[in-house]
Amino acid sequence: MKAKVYVTLKSGILDPQGKAVQHSLETIGYNAAMDVRQGKLFEVTLADGLSLDEAKKQVTEMAEKLLANPVMENFTVEVE
Amino acid sequence: MKFGVIVFPGSNCDHDCYHIAKHVMGHDTSYVWHKDASDLSGYDCIIVPGGFSYGDYLRPGAIAKYSPITEEIKKYANGGGLVIGICNGFQILIEAGLLPGVLMRNRSLKFICQDVYLKMENTDTPFSSEYSAGQVVKVPIAHHDGNYFADDATLKDLEANNQVVFRYATVKGETSDEANPNGSVSNIAGICNKNRNVLGMMPHPERCAEKVLGNKDGLGIFRSIVKHLTQS
Amino acid sequence: MAEKIEITDEVIASHGLSKEEYENVLNILGRKPNMLELGIFSVMWSEHCSYKSSRAHLKGFPTEGPQVIQGPGENAGVVDIGDGLAVAFKMESHNHPSFIEPYQGAATGVGGIMRDVFTMGARPVANMNSLRLGNLDLPKHKYLLKGVVAGIAGYGNCMGVPTVGGEIYFDDCYNGNILVNAFTLGLVKSDKIFLGYASGIGNPVIYVGSKTGRDGIHGATMASEEFDEGSEEKRPTVQVGDPFTEKLLLEACLELMKTDYIVGIQDMGAAGLTSSSFEMASRAGTGIEMNLDNIPRREVGMTPYEIMLSESQERMLMVVRQGCEDKVKAIFDKWDLDCAVVGRVTDDGIMRLMEKGVAVAELPIEPLAEGAPVYHRPMERPAYLDEVNCLDISTLSLPDDMNAVLLDLLDSPNIGSRQWIYNQYDHMVRTDTVTLPGSDAAVIRIKGISKGIAMTVNCNSRYCYLDPYKGSQIAIAENARNLVCSGAKPLAVTDCLNFGNPEKPEIMWQFAEAVKGLSDACISFETPVVSGNVSLYNETKGEAIYPTPGVAMVGLIDDVERHCTQYFKSAGDQIVVLGKNLEDLGGSEYLKIEHGLVEGPPPALDLELEKAVQESCLEAIRAGIVKSAHDCAEGGLAVALAECCISGENMMGASIELDSSGIRRDALLFGESQSRIILTLEKEHIDKLEEIASEKGAPLEVIGEVGGEHLLIDDSISLDIKEIHSAWQSAIDQRIA
Repeated sequence: MKAKVYVTLKSGILDPQGKAVQHSLETIGYNAAMDVRQGKLFEVTLADGLSLDEAKKQVTEMAEKLLANPVMENFTVEVE
Repeated sequence: MKFGVIVFPGSNCDHDCYHIAKHVMGHDTSYVWHKDASDLSGYDCIIVPGGFSYGDYLRPGAIAKYSPITEEIKKYANGGGLVIGICNGFQILIEAGLLPGVLMRNRSLKFICQDVYLKMENTDTPFSSEYSAGQVVKVPIAHHDGNYFADDATLKDLEANNQVVFRYATVKGETSDEANPNGSVSNIAGICNKNRNVLGMMPHPERCAEKVLGNKDGLGIFRSIVKHLTQS
Repeated sequence: MAEKIEITDEVIASHGLSKEEYENVLNILGRKPNMLELGIFSVMWSEHCSYKSSRAHLKGFPTEGPQVIQGPGENAGVVDIGDGLAVAFKMESHNHPSFIEPYQGAATGVGGIMRDVFTMGARPVANMNSLRLGNLDLPKHKYLLKGVVAGIAGYGNCMGVPTVGGEIYFDDCYNGNILVNAFTLGLVKSDKIFLGYASGIGNPVIYVGSKTGRDGIHGATMASEEFDEGSEEKRPTVQVGDPFTEKLLLEACLELMKTDYIVGIQDMGAAGLTSSSFEMASRAGTGIEMNLDNIPRREVGMTPYEIMLSESQERMLMVVRQGCEDKVKAIFDKWDLDCAVVGRVTDDGIMRLMEKGVAVAELPIEPLAEGAPVYHRPMERPAYLDEVNCLDISTLSLPDDMNAVLLDLLDSPNIGSRQWIYNQYDHMVRTDTVTLPGSDAAVIRIKGISKGIAMTVNCNSRYCYLDPYKGSQIAIAENARNLVCSGAKPLAVTDCLNFGNPEKPEIMWQFAEAVKGLSDACISFETPVVSGNVSLYNETKGEAIYPTPGVAMVGLIDDVERHCTQYFKSAGDQIVVLGKNLEDLGGSEYLKIEHGLVEGPPPALDLELEKAVQESCLEAIRAGIVKSAHDCAEGGLAVALAECCISGENMMGASIELDSSGIRRDALLFGESQSRIILTLEKEHIDKLEEIASEKGAPLEVIGEVGGEHLLIDDSISLDIKEIHSAWQSAIDQRIA
């Protein structure tokens, strides 16, 4: 079973990288890129035998405790 | 003899490189602002300095690659002009395709600022002729992403063409893992292109080229450049 | 809309205003404030911005001297160094934000202090920091240390300003409240200094730098409250640093400062647009009309309340000459930075904030900025002082194995190598760093002239806990001693006073004593206080930190080629102690580590002896006879000698014979008597040193010779320097792995 955890900055938190990337996109001609926010994707391979619910619960805990910085970031979990 | 020091937004060793070329070596030197993308053929040597161009955001050098001046640097280098990229300058030259490979995050995942020892691997370049082959020199590094990597074919190519100019070594000249500060493949600290007119190096020779700083080991790089330009 | 919220007692309390302070608001306005106005009062009168508890005491600081160009009250202090040059410097705390989010908290602290310095027109050329963390055995503090160091590195390195020195201590008293104090020094032409004045009626007020977001709203109020269990929930106000933008802002501002367009300029630090605009107008005795619709914004739907209280980083407010607006804008365009005319200087002394043509706030500037409350809070000598100042050394057992004690001390994170930390800081960029981290003081050269600047930061808060007055005096004395060891003459001081809750009489007493101690010592060393910062409410669940008056001192070296470092240089050199060994064990690291005691009194300090020792050392260095000079501090003589052996590039041993003169062995080796400097020099120069020392009245003792691969002290210590090095080297590394 695999899980994906998407970690994104909370809305309103400044993203200096996203800002610089957006500006660069604009200078090379991509004027349609109005805003860029950078996040992280974690792919977690899980041990066999977990139920879907248990997997979701565990990965959510992983995200809360380690993968995301709750001070500044939100996350979503997908398990399949 | 005229040196040009490129200034990207976020370059921060530009003043240091200017100081070396202008005041220590005593040559005419100008800053070149990245937006002023005009022909560089009036310069005898272009220095792409260290720092954090565009904050190192995305990955070091990735955004500077699209800065207007980078096309001019490519034209200049491809026409045979001398280009030296130090630290972030090396990262930019790689991103711009003037040198092969990639510079990844240090294996410690931390920024490292300290003196390291370099072994001279190729002294037959315009940048290293003032050193003797195998000589060990002390030069500081200061980077977060200096872990040089290239695939096997590229490495083979680099070695076959003697493009590795410096390797990290112990004070005795052993290129061991213990002497490798950042995880670079084959302890590579600096490489040149096949034509020998473009050099990229992670260590900072401009930081150790004056007596008052207690170390002049880096001065040879600039002396080599001047010697080459004087002779050619 | 926040503005429509009714001002209830709860709203007033949640803004940190007392009933009396709110009464004062009503008196000043002659009416009820609206929500925006209340918010402005709240941040302007917060402890952080108004210094309401500390101001009465700070008046005692010596702030003047022939070298002082700008004393306290501006963005940074400025001191003359001759040759048409001056240095601007300041230290500031970012304690609470760093505890909540260590990377960003520390990073924005460094960003803020650099802005304070380049606002003055000075190019930042050196950073230092003073850190206090809790017990490194706690996972939380390993995490905090890694985050804080990475944050300082992330910001300073990107800016291209070398972090050349600092200090760090670990103690349980900081488990709930860490301290992150950042120092920046900048270089400026003495006739090109910029100040924060909103002068010239009709002149435009210009906003430059990053856009305003909802960052850190009420950060200044947060920094003035004690922590409680819920504090970690206050997280969304975290400000994110953008060092790249600040680098651009630095270059753009310095480029602009070469022109004559600027009338006044100020950093938007704590309380952002509010404090910068009020302070600038207040200094000039003017008013400002500001159009909030023109403020560059990062987010949609921001209210005037949010705009005025935002603590978004990397922003500046300036007043320029009328007619220069376009030329100013062109410079900021070059650097891809926002630049907007947001208001005009007026003559009515009123801050008038406009939104869509309507005044949303009208506040009289003078009463608000200068009329902030000043408290003479009650003080009482804390009862704990009698309990802890009771050391009876006759009850202490003498250790059998002094070698083991020395290795234990070198392995203490309070003494061991700081390399794990400073290797993460770029300490060489700008190619001015003459003495790298790891000696008593950092030294930078100034290109183009022969002078050098030395700087150091020091405070032993354990001494201050045991005796705030004496501990603070020692902080000044040790800073000066460190500078002198590098060959510099001390010039001036900046401080960062970190204390607990000033509403407690015991804390206020500590504060007052510390300020007195600093003042008296500064007068004695002729080092005026030119800038500084106060951080109060460093308490968690009622537990205050040790009083920690962090002090940074800056000194001048006339000929930088004659600077001095702490480590031994050549075999055969004679080792001398300038000063006197006393039987001082109170407050020592030895007492804490070997006996588990924090008891005083702290070491004695005789200011006259201290000055004699320092003057002798400086004169000897200037005479060119000194090969190395090292201050004797935590861990005493044995640790200082060990450091001399191992901190240089080439390690060297030493053979020492001490005149014990009846002092207990442990006190002689590890006691922390003040006013001692270890010098080395060639044998032929001993006479000259004796001559200098006797003229100044400083005692000295030749104690041994450099050489060999061991540190040998009488029959007490016999250790291979490699073993010494390995204990010292891993003190921090192994504890955070």
